[in-house]
Amino acid sequence: MSTFIRAPRAVVLAAAAAVTLLALAGCAPGSSNASQGQSGSVSTALTTKKVTLKIQDETGFPVTSNLAAEFTKQHPNVKFKIVRDSFQNLLANSPRLMASADAPDLIRLSTLGSTVKDGLVTNLDPYFKAYGWDKFSAGQLASARMTTAGVRGEGSLWQFGLGYSVTGIYMNQKLADKVGITSVPATIDELEADLQKAKTAGVLPVQTGMQDGVGTFVLQALINQYGDKAKLIDWMFNKPGATFDTPASLKGATKFQDWATKGYLPTDVNAINYTTMVANFTAGQGLFMWDGNWDAANVQKALGKGGAQFFLMPPTTKGGKYVAMGAGNTFAIPSKSKNHDTTAYFLNWIATNSKARQIVVDITGASPGGDPAQKLPTVEKGSLIETALAMSASVGKDDGFTDFIANTTSGIYQGALQPDEQLLLTDKITPDAFTKAIQAFYEKDLAG
Amino acid sequence: MARRALLTGWLFLLPAVVAYCLFVLYPLLTAVQYSFYKWNGIGASTWVGLYNYLQIFTDPTLLAPIGNALVLIIYFTIIPVVSGLILATLIRNMRQNAFSSAARTILFLPQIVPLVAAGIAWSWMYAQTGTINSILNTVGLGFLSRSWLADFGTALPAVGLIGSWVLTGLCTVLLLTGMGKIDPSLYEAARIDGAGWFRMFGAVTLPGVRQEIVVLVTITIISALSSFDIIYTTTKGGPGTTTLVPGISIFRLAFVQGQVGLASALGIVLLILVLAVVLPVQRIARERD
Repeated sequence: MSTFIRAPRAVVLAAAAAVTLLALAGCAPGSSNASQGQSGSVSTALTTKKVTLKIQDETGFPVTSNLAAEFTKQHPNVKFKIVRDSFQNLLANSPRLMASADAPDLIRLSTLGSTVKDGLVTNLDPYFKAYGWDKFSAGQLASARMTTAGVRGEGSLWQFGLGYSVTGIYMNQKLADKVGITSVPATIDELEADLQKAKTAGVLPVQTGMQDGVGTFVLQALINQYGDKAKLIDWMFNKPGATFDTPASLKGATKFQDWATKGYLPTDVNAINYTTMVANFTAGQGLFMWDGNWDAANVQKALGKGGAQFFLMPPTTKGGKYVAMGAGNTFAIPSKSKNHDTTAYFLNWIATNSKARQIVVDITGASPGGDPAQKLPTVEKGSLIETALAMSASVGKDDGFTDFIANTTSGIYQGALQPDEQLLLTDKITPDAFTKAIQAFYEKDLAG
Repeated sequence: MARRALLTGWLFLLPAVVAYCLFVLYPLLTAVQYSFYKWNGIGASTWVGLYNYLQIFTDPTLLAPIGNALVLIIYFTIIPVVSGLILATLIRNMRQNAFSSAARTILFLPQIVPLVAAGIAWSWMYAQTGTINSILNTVGLGFLSRSWLADFGTALPAVGLIGSWVLTGLCTVLLLTGMGKIDPSLYEAARIDGAGWFRMFGAVTLPGVRQEIVVLVTITIISALSSFDIIYTTTKGGPGTTTLVPGISIFRLAFVQGQVGLASALGIVLLILVLAVVLPVQRIARERD
């Protein structure tokens, strides 16, 4: 036993000595000479050589496999090797994957974080020019831009979206009929009246969860409508001086808490996560569910055609502009890729080739993005996916797309939004304390 | 000749020493080094001295998880060891038959289940419509039913009890083995001296399994302080931060927020905390030897 007790002292001494040595030798961790991976000139002609593109994607997002198969059919010299990992794991590992010697040629990268500063991603500006991506919706590309100072929404283009999502509200038609709702609400007041109708009839008004923070969709949908969305976007894009502590956030948080207090949300909201939320709603529990187009096929399959409606969060006044969260399923080309041009060709093909666009819509239910003048792929008449594409178009017309507040900083979702909304929904903090707590975490997270 | 034997000894040790240095000492030393830097894990790093440590001891959001981990010791150490003692004594007093070995196997089973699977299964049982509330409703205690993992008052005990469930089997089996080594003549002598069940338990059984208890207390305290899997699969630290433990904080800081320096510092603080709690236990055992 005596050696066990003496051991830590020796370890501490050895560690101290080692650290001092390392510090004196000046071998600080990490590298300071970040390369921008810029080759200068780019080519838009597809290589004729045999290449294999390595794609690192998330599980449950099969569209890249279908796209790769179609691309190889059209261009047999380009083959693909696709590796998948869960979204959470990928989020945690992507910087290291991109920095490794055998970095993939294309990687699912939901947030840029410090990858631009660290020189891990390829600047897509030359391709933007060469392929004429200026015809694409500028609003959809905005969140894929970042300045060298780390402000998003401006600067160079770093990411490319394979399909663009749109969020809204699903309504269970059977329950709507039961409580006497004849049409989808056109204002927030009408929506609240419907919530009360459901509550009175003994139907759960809103199916949502906060165990993993998925209910943030509801909160942001409210904040989006309660103020100038440009202010919220500035905050999400980390513009200097931007703040979450605004009257719109306060009003949204107050309303969200109010709905919890009135019993519009599940009593065990803090124990429900995204998977459970969708499972509950598709099992007929809850009149409304705030969610994205990616679940359109799911919901339709479970509740049957005509069994559910999908609509945009209504504005405060009738005829007001639509605002909705929507983001590209963004990918980036790591600087260390050896096939920049081929990968960029593949990306441009996805947005412009009619077969590829059809695949994006069929598999993801998301709008294919690209040039708005280009013909939209065909979808099943009367399906929720058709509705979702129409919703996407009307938000686009109102220039109403915003990013998700969960993407504001790398740590804000798990570190602040999720725990603080849990407190908000159970009356443990006031809406005012909530908005201030989110802003405080934001400043801390940005300071690193 | 002695020198040659020594050399042979070291040669035999070499593979283990190399593995130990490569996979334990080297990562530990680099973690200590990182803890003095502000570094996102990839880019350039800045030497910040003890700033990361200062931050840990002044930021309540970083200190609170340590408090939660200390509370978990009740569920990961005290409950399993005490119930392990009780169960081991009961099983030992049973006649050795198929039933007693079945009991032993069943008690040990939770130890084999991966913690992630255990966490998911338990979160179903704790849910609003889960097994626990169904049982409460059936026996007329429906007013107690709640979503156990979402309730601010019950979340930490609820995840703690999952730990108790996992570790009780291990404690029971190890203590049973320890009790098997006790010389039966000691019990006989005690019985002749007129000692009752409790007296025998205190004077013969407990001292007989002291070494096993020390080992169990040590490993269960370590699993309490460094818990991750159960919390991650059941509550992710919520509701609020009531079940947040250092393991989750370190994971988020390092892999989500890109603060490898701060995460390493928190890891080192956790290591020192584990040593500070475990070493006195070792000392107590040694003094009473």
